[in-house]
Amino acid sequence: MLEIITPSVSFFVLLSIFFIGAISSLIYQKNDSIANFLSSFFSIIGSLCGLFFSVSMIIYGKNLSFIINYPYSSFFKISFHIDLLSAFFIFIISLISLFCSIYGVGYLKHFYKKYSIGVFGFFYNLLIGSLLLVVTASNGIFFLIAWEIMSISSYFLVVYDRYDTDNIKAGFLYLIMTYVGTVFIILSFLFIYKYIGSFEFIDIKSGISLIPLSIKNNIFIFTIIGFGTKAGIIPFHIWLPAAHPAAPSHVSALMSGVMIKTGVYMMIRLFVDILQPIPVWWGILILIIGSISSLLGVLYALTEHDIKRLLAFHSIENIGIILLGLGSALIFYSLNMPELALLGLMASLFHTLNHAIFKSLLFLSAGSVINEMHTRNIEEYGGIIKYMPQTAMFFLIGSMAISALPPFNGFFSEWLTYQALFQGVAQLNLSFQGIFIIAASSLAFTGGLALTCFVKAFGIIFLARPRSTKVSSIKESPLSMRIGMGFLALMSILFGLFSGYTSRLLEKIGKDLSIFKDTNYFTSASFYQGIDIKNSFASVSAPIIFVVLIIIIFAVIFIFTFVINKNQKIKIENTWGCGLNLNKRAEITATGFARSIILVFKGILKPSIQNEVEYHDADSRYLPKSRVITIHVKNIYNYYFYQPLRNIINIISLKTKNIQSGNINAYISYIFISLIIALLSVL
Amino acid sequence: MTILIWIIQLFFVPVISPLIIGVIKKIKAKFQNRQGSSIFQFYKDLWKLMYKDEVVSKDASWIFLYAPFIIFTVTIAVGASIPLFASFLNGPTSDLLVIVYIMAISTFFLSLAGMDTGSAFGGFGSSREMTISALAEGGLIFSLLTVALVSSSTNVFIISGINILTHSQHLLSIMLAFIGFFIILLAETTRFPFDNPSTHLELTMIHEAMILEYSGKRLALMEWASANKLIIFIALGSNLFFPLGIAQNISWLALVIGIIVFLLKILFFSTIIAILESSVAKFRFFRLPDLLITSFILNVIAIVLIN
Repeated sequence: MLEIITPSVSFFVLLSIFFIGAISSLIYQKNDSIANFLSSFFSIIGSLCGLFFSVSMIIYGKNLSFIINYPYSSFFKISFHIDLLSAFFIFIISLISLFCSIYGVGYLKHFYKKYSIGVFGFFYNLLIGSLLLVVTASNGIFFLIAWEIMSISSYFLVVYDRYDTDNIKAGFLYLIMTYVGTVFIILSFLFIYKYIGSFEFIDIKSGISLIPLSIKNNIFIFTIIGFGTKAGIIPFHIWLPAAHPAAPSHVSALMSGVMIKTGVYMMIRLFVDILQPIPVWWGILILIIGSISSLLGVLYALTEHDIKRLLAFHSIENIGIILLGLGSALIFYSLNMPELALLGLMASLFHTLNHAIFKSLLFLSAGSVINEMHTRNIEEYGGIIKYMPQTAMFFLIGSMAISALPPFNGFFSEWLTYQALFQGVAQLNLSFQGIFIIAASSLAFTGGLALTCFVKAFGIIFLARPRSTKVSSIKESPLSMRIGMGFLALMSILFGLFSGYTSRLLEKIGKDLSIFKDTNYFTSASFYQGIDIKNSFASVSAPIIFVVLIIIIFAVIFIFTFVINKNQKIKIENTWGCGLNLNKRAEITATGFARSIILVFKGILKPSIQNEVEYHDADSRYLPKSRVITIHVKNIYNYYFYQPLRNIINIISLKTKNIQSGNINAYISYIFISLIIALLSVL
Repeated sequence: MTILIWIIQLFFVPVISPLIIGVIKKIKAKFQNRQGSSIFQFYKDLWKLMYKDEVVSKDASWIFLYAPFIIFTVTIAVGASIPLFASFLNGPTSDLLVIVYIMAISTFFLSLAGMDTGSAFGGFGSSREMTISALAEGGLIFSLLTVALVSSSTNVFIISGINILTHSQHLLSIMLAFIGFFIILLAETTRFPFDNPSTHLELTMIHEAMILEYSGKRLALMEWASANKLIIFIALGSNLFFPLGIAQNISWLALVIGIIVFLLKILFFSTIIAILESSVAKFRFFRLPDLLITSFILNVIAIVLIN
């Protein structure tokens, strides 16, 4: 089939499906259910086509580029270049948007009659389409246009639930941060244009030696700020925990699973592909950013009791882990160790895919719970596993995958990241070794803390007794939502089971980049053997872990249920509460659960505890009637970085206001002075 | 014959583990000038618990019901994939990260089971357990990484096959890493000064608080799994850092020596743990992170010293 339809045509068909979906749902916005059907139908069909397109691209290993010339401008061309890296990101986008769209069919129903579904469908399809454009565009200006469509359509999705003023605020913060990021991206493209004279990525790559090193370093800093803001690295992360909770859940899944990955895509595209060769400190900086983001991301997640904010902070953590792989790849390549660099790149690509899967799974299952409970505060949940058993199962799988527990997919990408870092520790000299030790230790602590955080999240949301009366009236989510989550949970298991085969394909994708053309593999992978690191340093085999665990668990359950004391009686009784009646106040809260670990890290988190006591008799103050304890974590980024920045901008604005006197004579003199300056500078 | 060795390997940990608990209790009793119970008492306790009826909380879900099986499974799987008395059995699940993260599965379900019944004890036990194990993970991975770097493999069987003590230039690193590992051993197996395994209803208890709601068969599995975990950590500590006497090839003599030496090592470690438990007081909870960070720093120094 691929031979009959030329790939470029099929790519345009793919884009036009999302476009038709966007327009048609806008046209039928009068009727909510038709608009929902159209928007979901076209996004599902489009995602399926995208999956088919990207998989065939990766399997056939073809590259594809085509240009539509725009006659009125020399530097703006609509040019696409789809290599295997782009195809891989198309795969991630289509995979996640497929299941999010299926989920959306049922999820959107509770917005009926409240908001316009047609408008939602328009921006939703536009977002997916623009994501595809971003990862395929091969011209700076065209890329920026696609990037802007992506930012704006996602902004409108963030503020979709517009009756809540918090959402409007969150959207505004997102808009500001994304524009600050875009300014830096534009600056870096302008710098490149000044020296190369073209916005075409191919021209930039071939003429990269024309850019002097100092300018290249500036470009690096600008792109790190620009794309890092989108990816959510610390300290540019502040929009993520605000914007993700505001958006509808499947949009949060799409944003957290896919959209922030476009930042990672561009970092890989620029640093690994276009701007090579690069100095070694770029990689070191990325590795340090990765360590900080992963460790601080998970620590802030621990302090949260808003389920979506908690997940948003975990996105920051996982972007950090992805950057650990990428940073080690860049360092290895600069130190002329391309085999190890390929290993690092593989690790970061694999984690990008895995994070997209389990994070969207977690957002979707959190969304199902929020949909029933109408609150995001996990202190009001509890015992939901009895009312929503399937959602609980999906959330459990997501939690285990994100905590890197084998045999789920998260483990295998973290394993690869560990191997890249261990090789750095083993093979480099002392100064670089230190950096890799920091990175590996932050990954190790991140793993433990993420486990803690998801014990907290799963335990407080789903286990024990309900903590509010609302819980007793909830029911399992509709079928389409369960299908969306179920398939993602299945993906999480399958990409774990087939991690050997997947890493084989990832190597192929890595080798498609020009710097790895002649690189030997550092790993060998197959289905049964799993992934092997050369020199027999390490190996892991997913199918064997699966089989071993499953056989032993069935044997254990069989022996201890049906062989030993099989006539055992089980009595159902109350939980022992020291003779008291247990109510919801006897249970541990999310705040209480995380309190000890917050206190351990109090140097970083700066918690403040507020203690409000109300007494029976305000004069004697012996018998407290009620106590409210609130633990706050100080937002040090706001306090030390954004607040001073805002103050400075305010001061400058106030000062510049002085020149705007309202006096026409003064304005004419400004024109005169600037004219003279212009003349002098020309002469 | 290889199959026979594999069967011994598989059943070694669950069969021997109750014995260590008995030995440690006996030594502690001697220190306290008591007669103490027989060293086989724990086997009898397990048997007794297996044949009792159970009481399960009405608030519990399937997590509570199946957690003991999952946790026990993990200890069996890990026990079979680490070197006990023979170093030539190269298991496919013997990568050190695989071992660390499979053991994390048991921590995960243990903590969830603790929270599942909605009792205040279980919740706080889980919270404390997760705090300690989150901080212990860095030290655990790094101490194992030290020996892995010395023997340039992360497969624990290969590490135990190479006698790292002959790498005399790395002796200091290995000793530092071992001290780090020993601290983690005490933390992960809920021993002094981290936790008191023999008390109930203390404000500071960790492991016992989480399994407070269990009874009968499931309690037996939980206790047994925790004994298995102790032997797993002792095996890692003794065979990776001091791989003396371990069987290097398939011969009856080597295997018998291997098993005897391993039992002696277990006895040695149990004695140290018992002495420690009789002479040290339990630490305050917020002093424990200091100890764990000390372990981590020792391991980092060890790794830096290797090159």
